[in-house]
Amino acid sequence: MTNNVIIQNAVKRYGDFTALNGVSLDIHEGEFFTLLGPSGCGKTTLLRMIAGFNSIEGGDFYFGEKRINDMPAHKRDIGMVFQNYAIFPHLTVQENVAYGLKARKVPRPEIKKRVDNALELVQIAHLAQRKPSELSGGQQQRVALARAFVVEPSVLLMDEPLSNLDAKLRVQMRSVIKKLQRRLGITTIYVTHDQEEALAISDRIAVMKEGRIMQIGTPDEVYARPQNPFVAGFIGVSNFLDCDISGDMANAKVSIKNELELNMHLCRQFAGKGLLSARPEQLFFAKEGMPGKTLYSTFLGDFIEYEVQLDDGQNLIVNEYTKDTSVIHPVGESVKIRFDPNRVSLYESETGEVLSR
Amino acid sequence: MKKRAAKRFRPDFWFVTKATLLLALCLFIVYPFYTILTKSVFSTKVEGITLYNFIRFFTKPYYYTTLLHSLVVCLSTVVLATAIGVPIAYLMTRYNVAGKRILHIFIIMSLMSPPFIGAYSWIILLGRNGLIAKLFALVGMTSPTIYGRNGIIFVFMLHLFPYIYLYTSGAMNSIDSSLEEAAENLGMSKLRRIWTVTLPVILPSILAGCIMVFMTSLADFGTPMLLGEGYTVLPVLVYNEYMSESAVNPNMASALSVVIVTCSLLVLTFQKLVVDRKNYMMSSLRPPEEVTLKGAKRFWVSFPVYFITFLAFLPQIVVVCQSFVERSFSGMVQGINLSNYQAMMKRLSTNITNTYVFSIVAIVFIVIIGILASYIIVRRKSKVSSLIDSLIMFPYVIPGSVLGIGLIIAFNRKPIILVGTAAIMIISYIIRKIPYTVRSGSAFLYQMDPYIEEASINLGVSPIKTFFTVTARMMLPGILSGAVLSWITCINELSSSIMLYSGKTSTIAVAIYQEVMRMSDGTAAALATILTVTTILSLLIVFRLTRGKVKIV
Repeated sequence: MTNNVIIQNAVKRYGDFTALNGVSLDIHEGEFFTLLGPSGCGKTTLLRMIAGFNSIEGGDFYFGEKRINDMPAHKRDIGMVFQNYAIFPHLTVQENVAYGLKARKVPRPEIKKRVDNALELVQIAHLAQRKPSELSGGQQQRVALARAFVVEPSVLLMDEPLSNLDAKLRVQMRSVIKKLQRRLGITTIYVTHDQEEALAISDRIAVMKEGRIMQIGTPDEVYARPQNPFVAGFIGVSNFLDCDISGDMANAKVSIKNELELNMHLCRQFAGKGLLSARPEQLFFAKEGMPGKTLYSTFLGDFIEYEVQLDDGQNLIVNEYTKDTSVIHPVGESVKIRFDPNRVSLYESETGEVLSR
Repeated sequence: MKKRAAKRFRPDFWFVTKATLLLALCLFIVYPFYTILTKSVFSTKVEGITLYNFIRFFTKPYYYTTLLHSLVVCLSTVVLATAIGVPIAYLMTRYNVAGKRILHIFIIMSLMSPPFIGAYSWIILLGRNGLIAKLFALVGMTSPTIYGRNGIIFVFMLHLFPYIYLYTSGAMNSIDSSLEEAAENLGMSKLRRIWTVTLPVILPSILAGCIMVFMTSLADFGTPMLLGEGYTVLPVLVYNEYMSESAVNPNMASALSVVIVTCSLLVLTFQKLVVDRKNYMMSSLRPPEEVTLKGAKRFWVSFPVYFITFLAFLPQIVVVCQSFVERSFSGMVQGINLSNYQAMMKRLSTNITNTYVFSIVAIVFIVIIGILASYIIVRRKSKVSSLIDSLIMFPYVIPGSVLGIGLIIAFNRKPIILVGTAAIMIISYIIRKIPYTVRSGSAFLYQMDPYIEEASINLGVSPIKTFFTVTARMMLPGILSGAVLSWITCINELSSSIMLYSGKTSTIAVAIYQEVMRMSDGTAAALATILTVTTILSLLIVFRLTRGKVKIV
């Protein structure tokens, strides 16, 4: 039986250092939920608190109705995939996968059936009798996965499971994990620092920084509507531009370096210094806009990436898709840059709070 | 937070284990040494607490010369062992010395052989009725004598240079070759390169080896006892002070023990303060390449290694040969047969049984305690666990005779009387030899992936069951390779056995010592052969199991 997971106000301290500062999450049943953030943001700490390997200094953790704060790790009924796989080196692949079933006193014939089935699912049935030392990294990863889900845990935890694989394998395993999770429907909490991986694999993402949650949302929400400059900068590439905001909420005047003036619909009334964030693909070349000149152009097949230096010296990244244009701007060309005010994000300069809708 | 504090304290498995371990360590290590300390400040000659014993030690030549002797012997041994060990390590790591893997095993075997067998064999060769001595006499010359200071140093040097060799070659193998190439690239000649780069980088390891040699030669009792003949060193004096028939003086013996322990602790402090700090972290991406020599050049790099290894291993060959030679009382050869073994079985079979029974019992305890202690030290870090660590390691640097005295004076009175029993022999084996197992076990555990345990707990196996079915199982290789060293040193143990044995609990090592003292060479050789063969077989088994990767140091 899979569960929803509720975390209220989780706090973790190491001496004076606060690793988690009141984190609350509500993870739905069967959801693929990712904790994303730079190293040291507390994502692994939180995962290990859920698993029962880190003590809980404050807050409440629930699996469904059950409060698990004081439940010992081995009774929590969690499957976990470790970063370095943590496969028992003295057991064969089959014995590794059967380990948790034995602990749960599942009858022998059923163990066999479930192990075979699990190995089949991760496509390593032919390796059942091998020792872990005879497996490649990707194969070990599959063993770790099978071992974790074969017990049909109420929650599945994964701690950067793909970080030890090479780039190609990582992409391949990522889709294996995603498909498997959809098929089994086990609530999964996944930790990674790789934003591309998080976008690709998750139902929802919690972006973390310094022990706090910066934003929770679906991949397209956190990408298209980042709630603060940190999320805008951490997920994908963003160009930040200082601006001045005046006027009323429904028709605010946003002026960038006195060179470009646009009207935007804000989510609340604000006047003063603002910070505008635009993705490279949201910027485009136009007749009217911020003047500058191209510094470099990089042809990347489906798009061309330009580095443009504005007249005041700030550099911007502008992407132009090859399906939309056949022109490659030469280096040193004078250009003007614009964007659609309804697509970019706008923040208060001082607090980083979001203003755009 | 409040909820936590309100919870009732329930002692778990590890709490009980720690408490038991600590209690045992206090009883068998702290208490004996405390007794030594208290005994050392009393005397039958003076009322109350006094420094009388220490004053006597530093004013009477009979006493203080032994300290000087010990220092002269130890320092000379260190210098000579380094002079042999470092070049051999260099040749062995950098050149294609013929049959180097076998040589390596032979060098380790000569280190692990019972220390006093070296002394005994050299007596057979160079002693008063020695084979070589007789050859010299035939041509009307006197051979260099093996007795006295030079003999002790010579035997120590051949027995202990492997420490330097092992430490140095370990470091040489972990130098990244680009380091030397950089020096070469910057225009250094080969010799200056060795002098300015290679040597300074491996110096901390050489020093670590020197400290092992110093400590071992300071603590050894058998060799100077057999060879000294008037040149008395500290451990021998301790034995004489305590065991001599004329005047048993536990107070003076305790004071001497305090002096030796102080010396050891000073050296250890030196190591902690100077040597450990200078250690370089090296990431050997590319281990140094071996130079392939051919013909005469290859012979000249191989020859010194063979020569020294032969000298170091010679004692084992000599005792084995000697054990089959029957001699009359006057020392005349009567024939080659098994008469020594027959005599040995008739008179000394108890000693043989004792040695194996005591060692096996001790090793069972050592393995069990070793697993638990290593785990506590590595995975349950706390003030208590580091205290346990220090206490377990303490006997490693303490001469056996000192430990023997401590155990005797602590347990020859109420409430616990153990002197004369097999128990005290076994206890002394356990506490003296467990450091090998704990060191090897904890080093192994440090490299073990901690997440493996968590994976098991996560899959629903309780932490205690995880420890016994997963962790302990995975630690076994590390524990066992240490346990073999513990085992070998147990069967060869002399310096504390000789203090603690009684008629019924005498061992092979004690018997060899007594037989040599009473000039009964044949049985001594037969006994020594048993020890040597057991040692070599045990080592070969580890080499086999670990594919030659056994860590002695």
